[in-house]
Amino acid sequence: MAETANPPHGGEGETRRDFLYLTAGFMSAVGAGIAVWPFLDSMNPSADVLALAEVEVDISPIAEGQAVTVMWQGKPIFIRHRTKGEIEAAEAADADAADMIDPETDEARVEKPEWLVMVGVCTHLGCVPKGQRAGDPRGEYGGWLCPCHGSHYDTSGRIRKGPAPKNLPVPPYVFLDDTTIKIG
Amino acid sequence: MSGLQLKNPVLRWIEYRLPIFSFLDHSLGSSYPSPRNLSYWWNFGSLAGIALVIMIVSGITLAMQYTPHVDYAFDSVQRIDRDVNFGWLIRDIHVNTSFFFFIVVYIHVFRGLYYGSYKAPRELLWMLGLVILILMMATAFMGYVLPWGQMSFWGATVITNFFTAIPIVGDSITTWLWGGPAVDNATLNRFFSLHYLFPFLIVGVVILHIWALHRFGSNNPLGIDTKGPQDSIPFHPYYTVKDLFGLGVFLTFLALVIFFFPDSMGEPENYIEANPLSTPAHIVPEWYFLPFYAILRAVTFDFLWIIDAKLGGVILMFGSIIILFFLPWLDRSPVRSSAFRPYHKWFFWILVLDCFVLGWVGANAPDAEFHGVPFVIIGQVATAYYFAHFLVILPLLGIFERPKPLPASISEPVLSGGGMAAGAAAKPMEKA
Repeated sequence: MAETANPPHGGEGETRRDFLYLTAGFMSAVGAGIAVWPFLDSMNPSADVLALAEVEVDISPIAEGQAVTVMWQGKPIFIRHRTKGEIEAAEAADADAADMIDPETDEARVEKPEWLVMVGVCTHLGCVPKGQRAGDPRGEYGGWLCPCHGSHYDTSGRIRKGPAPKNLPVPPYVFLDDTTIKIG
Repeated sequence: MSGLQLKNPVLRWIEYRLPIFSFLDHSLGSSYPSPRNLSYWWNFGSLAGIALVIMIVSGITLAMQYTPHVDYAFDSVQRIDRDVNFGWLIRDIHVNTSFFFFIVVYIHVFRGLYYGSYKAPRELLWMLGLVILILMMATAFMGYVLPWGQMSFWGATVITNFFTAIPIVGDSITTWLWGGPAVDNATLNRFFSLHYLFPFLIVGVVILHIWALHRFGSNNPLGIDTKGPQDSIPFHPYYTVKDLFGLGVFLTFLALVIFFFPDSMGEPENYIEANPLSTPAHIVPEWYFLPFYAILRAVTFDFLWIIDAKLGGVILMFGSIIILFFLPWLDRSPVRSSAFRPYHKWFFWILVLDCFVLGWVGANAPDAEFHGVPFVIIGQVATAYYFAHFLVILPLLGIFERPKPLPASISEPVLSGGGMAAGAAAKPMEKA
């Protein structure tokens, strides 16, 4: 096929035809891909869904030891006003951070130690862990316990035991003032 | 072959231009010769086809009343149950026939496993059937999301989260499936659209499945080929009437459940509207997915370095069906029917038992215990056995098992009078 310099008799026509087949076939494949793309991409999050990307929360009513759950991007966000004991437990565990399933220090997960803000979606298969309400089971590390497959999270939301591979993620958020945070 | 004589001139006029009547006659009529020894285990293919028709008819009717929106879906289903004329009946038909559809198809699959229906020259027939099974599972999963109850929502969340296990692109794929950052209105809408589409894809593959079936005809309980006209009888009227009798029994059971136990196989939690902020204490899929759910959760440890427990579970779960595509080559024995395979017969029943054990494990919480044995351990043993059956036991049986002698033909044990071939004597037992 590649011997265009000295084609055997009749070979030149074959080579040209092959070239045309290949280029036409290739361009058809590219064209088909381009034609399919809008249909596939239409299934990605739409502009109105993406526009709901920020939410402001007034945290002044949340007393120490209490937690609230707010919705952000269709996902529950856990906001917990941690007690002294919980902060100390989380910071004490930093010593073992290297041995955790997903090593991370407590400091890296909070803006202010008393406020823990994270996405309340278990990193295993997406259930909402228990531990936000007063009577909920809190798991072996006093934080959150996922009821679906038994993942235990500590008071910093770090995965300590169970099938989940990652800590509860911390969403992007800022303190607008002492009593208001903006998530997103 | 062409025994069709049309007397009606209108039908003859049509037949000349579009030979549809002879086509039907060759497909389901007196011109389709079938093995004369088919047992009632061969009823389940036609039952599955009829279940598919019932699902499509009831589903299209339900779609006229259903609203695929997160704010209205749950209420529209309640409205179907309470206000729509016969809505309760049509929904109970749709829901319960889906359960019977799976029962019938699972029996159909295991019948194929027992009698070696997947072996040459029916490998493609078997693989097309597996494609139908996969499409059925996808359809059932998406249909279960539509009532937008708690199990709908959380089942959808857990199942779609499987895809986050895929390395690198997992999160993008999951967001694409959801159409947003979580299971929400966009997800419900597309599931409704696809739930309407997939049954027609199934119809398409069913046509290929039947086409492939008619190339060599049905396998039979002896697993030997028909060797001439003395081994076969016309499909019509012999098997049309046998299928119709089976259909009567099937519809009796179906009606019994629809009218007297309409919620017996469903999950009560799904009568609570979906709440993205509250996960039910115990998420379980519908019962027909329980064995697969058990396999998914059996992997609690990391494989090698790159496959974590989550991805491992997903791979094994899909692998449990994918492995069946290779079955015609994993089972090396030239003998089809287990009636002549003294060891395979037993391993078959152990596999059936293993699947029930997996289903039982899937129904229980992973950290629960059975007489001190954690369910996750039972699930791991049962999962290991499932794969060992196909990857170890079947290839070894092909080498070490000594099959019993096969009868010379299907009709020989009957027509020769004596009929004491080893296989013929063994045959009545296999139906137990």
